[in-house]
Amino acid sequence: MIEQVIFYILAFFIVGFSLLAVTERRIIRASVYLLFVLLGTAGLYLILEYHFLAAAQVAVYAGGIMVLFVFSILLTDHPGAEVKYEKPKRMIISAFAALAGIAICGHIIYYNVSRAYQYIAQGEIDMKDLGMTLMGTGKYQYMLPFEAISLLLLACIIGGILIARKK
Amino acid sequence: MLLEISHPLELFKLTAWLDSMLRSLMPDWGALLIEFVLIGLVLLLAYAVIALALIYIERKITAFFQCRLGPNRVGKYGIIQSVADMVKILLKEIIPIDHVDKILFYLAPFFVIVSSMLTFGALPFGNGLHVVDFNIGLFYLIAVSSLSIIGVLLAGWSSNNKYSMIGAMRSGAQFISYELSAGLSLMTIAVLSGSLQLSTIVESQTYVYHWNLFRGHIPALIAFVIYLIAGHAETNRGPFDLPEAESELTAGYHTEYSGLQFGFFYLAEYLNMFIIAGIATTVFLGGWNPVQIEGWNGFNEVMNWIPSYVWFFAKTGVLIFLSLWVRWTFPRLRIDQLLNLEWKYLLPINLVNLVVMAVLVVFGLYIK
Repeated sequence: MIEQVIFYILAFFIVGFSLLAVTERRIIRASVYLLFVLLGTAGLYLILEYHFLAAAQVAVYAGGIMVLFVFSILLTDHPGAEVKYEKPKRMIISAFAALAGIAICGHIIYYNVSRAYQYIAQGEIDMKDLGMTLMGTGKYQYMLPFEAISLLLLACIIGGILIARKK
Repeated sequence: MLLEISHPLELFKLTAWLDSMLRSLMPDWGALLIEFVLIGLVLLLAYAVIALALIYIERKITAFFQCRLGPNRVGKYGIIQSVADMVKILLKEIIPIDHVDKILFYLAPFFVIVSSMLTFGALPFGNGLHVVDFNIGLFYLIAVSSLSIIGVLLAGWSSNNKYSMIGAMRSGAQFISYELSAGLSLMTIAVLSGSLQLSTIVESQTYVYHWNLFRGHIPALIAFVIYLIAGHAETNRGPFDLPEAESELTAGYHTEYSGLQFGFFYLAEYLNMFIIAGIATTVFLGGWNPVQIEGWNGFNEVMNWIPSYVWFFAKTGVLIFLSLWVRWTFPRLRIDQLLNLEWKYLLPINLVNLVVMAVLVVFGLYIK
């Protein structure tokens, strides 16, 4: 009962701030609204008792990516200037694109949400299990994908340095 | 029974009694609701009281470092000076400023203070005085404390003042850099203790040689020093106080704030110093465990009489004194020195240190 009330509060919070983030015309304010959306999502994970994902959401998205967003927005020309509206034709096209996106995602979620229950472990997932799954080499363990992602990130870092390096 | 004799002043009996009394009087959800509200009130009160105490302590200790007397007019030895300051700041006018982004300007202080309040909820202050014991406690602490920098960046930008803006940018660069070192050095200890849960970390450090600082000897000592440096830098206090360097930037990112809004930044800065020291105590120095030496039973008994929260605050106090000592001893760094220190020294040392610690744990070379 109480969980449901909290869920509805969080859901309204997330939906409201998502709408604000999209409709706001000053980019820096939009990024702050986006931050609230991400924090609300962390709240949803907390309701699900998945504390690791909640903390990861706060640390990575809210604390890491949003800080970089705000930082780089501050480096642009006019962070507080209002963005002009697009031409009506482009607005209609993008509205259709957005609707199509919602339709596809909704379809997938609607027909697969019941299947997800099979994989959900009961109760809180222990941090040790998570670590073993991430770093193990056995069946259903993810050492290789983990290393592949770390290689990708390394390539990104080297690329960044190459671009930023003074000749 | 043994616990009752040897821990006479602990609070866990009081909290358990309160809980059972509330549950006998009303349904579960009512009892829980009242407990939540009570805990919130106690935390807020502790937040304010600790800040006041810290401000007084800092002013007094600073005075002694500089051969002055410090506050000495309000009350004996000026002991209620910070209460008077608090009343003054509560009564001060909040000056509205033209041409600022109103929403962000008023929102920014809350980011800073909420993030340090969130940390407060997960710190173990004593035996039974631990509000939320997350499975991932250490990670949670790192995660929520990274939120405050957004408040600083927004404050700097929305003030519409170039000094504020420069201060905020410096603060951002500094915080992002030093957060890495702080996180990595805590991770070193997570490798040693094999857990991220703060209660487990504290309970595994019973005797003095089990304190993580001594148990992991060399790498733990390196991690401890690096954590103190990085934590000190994260709180924006000298010698890392470039974001609010008075002589260059008036007051940095909070130049335009007045009254209670400025008070929020001020409070958060002091509490962050406390939180950094508190985390270091919990992770490296045995948390609320009293000093216990194996075999010295009489000594251990006497030490057990001192309640756990006193131990926590005493150890934290020592670390805070260290931080003040550093603050008033070293001159301010330049921005390039600051970034060099992090990226060329602390971070590589930290990474190597982490590997050394992993080897140590794998071969069981730590003190058992």
